[in-house]
Amino acid sequence: MDVKAIRQMFPILDQEVNGHKLVYLDSSATSQKPISVIEAVENYYRFDNANVHRGVHTLGSRATDQYEGAREKVRRFINARSTGEVIFNRGTTTGINSVALSYAHANLQPGDEILITPMEHHSNIIPWQQTAKATGATLNYVPLQDDGTVALEDYQKLVTDKTKIVAIAHVSNVLGTINPIKEIAKIAHSKGAILVVDGAQGVPHMKVDVQDLDCDFYAFSGHKMLAPTGIGVLYGKRELLENMEPVEFGGEMIDFVSLQDSTWKELPWKFEGGTPIIAGAIGLAAAIDFLEDVGMDNILDHEQKLADYVMERLRTVEDIKVYGPEHRAALVTFNLGDVHPHDVATALDSYGIAVRAGHHCAQPLMKWLNVTATARASFYLYNTEDDVEKFVDGLLKTKEFFGHVF
Amino acid sequence: MSFNNLESLYRQVIMDHYKNPRNRGVLEGDALTVDMNNPTCGDRIQLQLQVEDGVVKDAKFEGEGCSISMSSASMMTQAIKGNTVTDALKMSKLFSEMMLGEDIESDIELGDAEALSGVSQFPARIKCATLAWKAMEKGVNDK
Repeated sequence: MDVKAIRQMFPILDQEVNGHKLVYLDSSATSQKPISVIEAVENYYRFDNANVHRGVHTLGSRATDQYEGAREKVRRFINARSTGEVIFNRGTTTGINSVALSYAHANLQPGDEILITPMEHHSNIIPWQQTAKATGATLNYVPLQDDGTVALEDYQKLVTDKTKIVAIAHVSNVLGTINPIKEIAKIAHSKGAILVVDGAQGVPHMKVDVQDLDCDFYAFSGHKMLAPTGIGVLYGKRELLENMEPVEFGGEMIDFVSLQDSTWKELPWKFEGGTPIIAGAIGLAAAIDFLEDVGMDNILDHEQKLADYVMERLRTVEDIKVYGPEHRAALVTFNLGDVHPHDVATALDSYGIAVRAGHHCAQPLMKWLNVTATARASFYLYNTEDDVEKFVDGLLKTKEFFGHVF
Repeated sequence: MSFNNLESLYRQVIMDHYKNPRNRGVLEGDALTVDMNNPTCGDRIQLQLQVEDGVVKDAKFEGEGCSISMSSASMMTQAIKGNTVTDALKMSKLFSEMMLGEDIESDIELGDAEALSGVSQFPARIKCATLAWKAMEKGVNDK
């Protein structure tokens, strides 16, 4: 994998920030976009822009072909059985909320249980809190091991006949934990529960095969995988989606409308009320092309090497506390001595290094870690060992600076 | 090694307030209590004010956050103590203007809080610096 050539496809990386060459280590928040994605969106607006599924005219056909072509591309990318199982939406948050509002509200009742983990992003916690409140179901948590992983034995104990929904992140956005989705799916199904996966940090970084994982729903966001913001995907098994009511009602999603009643289009369109995110879907298709040209296995391999390298290099930094397991996705969440993570992030930014600081939309996990905030550096296919070196060097300078002013 | 850029933000007096906060703690007896947080970053402050006859007799805070938010709370309580509520609100307005990078000229002095003027060069940190002032405004306005 030629990272130097890859970097040339990302014009944004070639700039100075605060007098230093930009080192972008915040791809878990949002990834940068290659020229091919930017051009795909631009070309759509320049040459083909029209609404989809209704125009008899030529531009309408072109737009529809590209939009539905993007769906087929996503289907193949995640190996869904059919395009009816690939719903375009605004992102992971919308995907999980749709499952909660449609599937969970209709199927759960008092006494039923929802099982999640304390490592979830708020978008995989709050929809279930709201579901529990609305249906009378109980929200339970699988405990975390000391290293920030889950134990399958705990799932075997905690998934019971009462459990109706198990939800978990494929990869933790804070700890970098890669969760055993396939095994959890087996346990959930053995008791008749369904498995909902927050794939926001999964799909961008590794080959995901939804049939192999055998999850029931899998939600992810385009903007974390080189595509524009505002486009996301909810994969769901057809037999579940068929029996679910739409969450939004209006244009595009209807079959027949009379004065008092209406019927819905077939899958996936019954879940896509209103004019869809056409340019976003086209950008997502271009992003998938880019990722597949590089190869998902090559990306995973590159990121695993970077993860190992950064963990090894951070061992040389005194007073750094890194959270999460040794084997992890390519992100490190940490605290540097007594320096508050916001101050760490500001100091690193002054050296051109972009990291995230705060609670990472995971307040229950911050509580479990017994911290109020942390800093996080996250890596992607365009990051290099040189970025790791600059990051470590930035941390050492930050330590020196705050040691010096305190 | 040059820390020029950072040093314009993290002035000595700021770090002193961070390490040795003034008016940190809880007020005994009747006091106005305001809880405020910055949900995007997790900074949290509890501010207590004792107001008599339109004058801020005492002010104390508790909280968790970065050096900017906590030092600002320390400086803010120091600045408003003994002043009228009217003047405290004027100070808050002045402080907000300073955060926008505006030249501030007034007969009211912000004291140590003026050391935070460098925050205006760091837009992402302005909300850290204004948290305590916003809490104070909420407290006296809700009264």
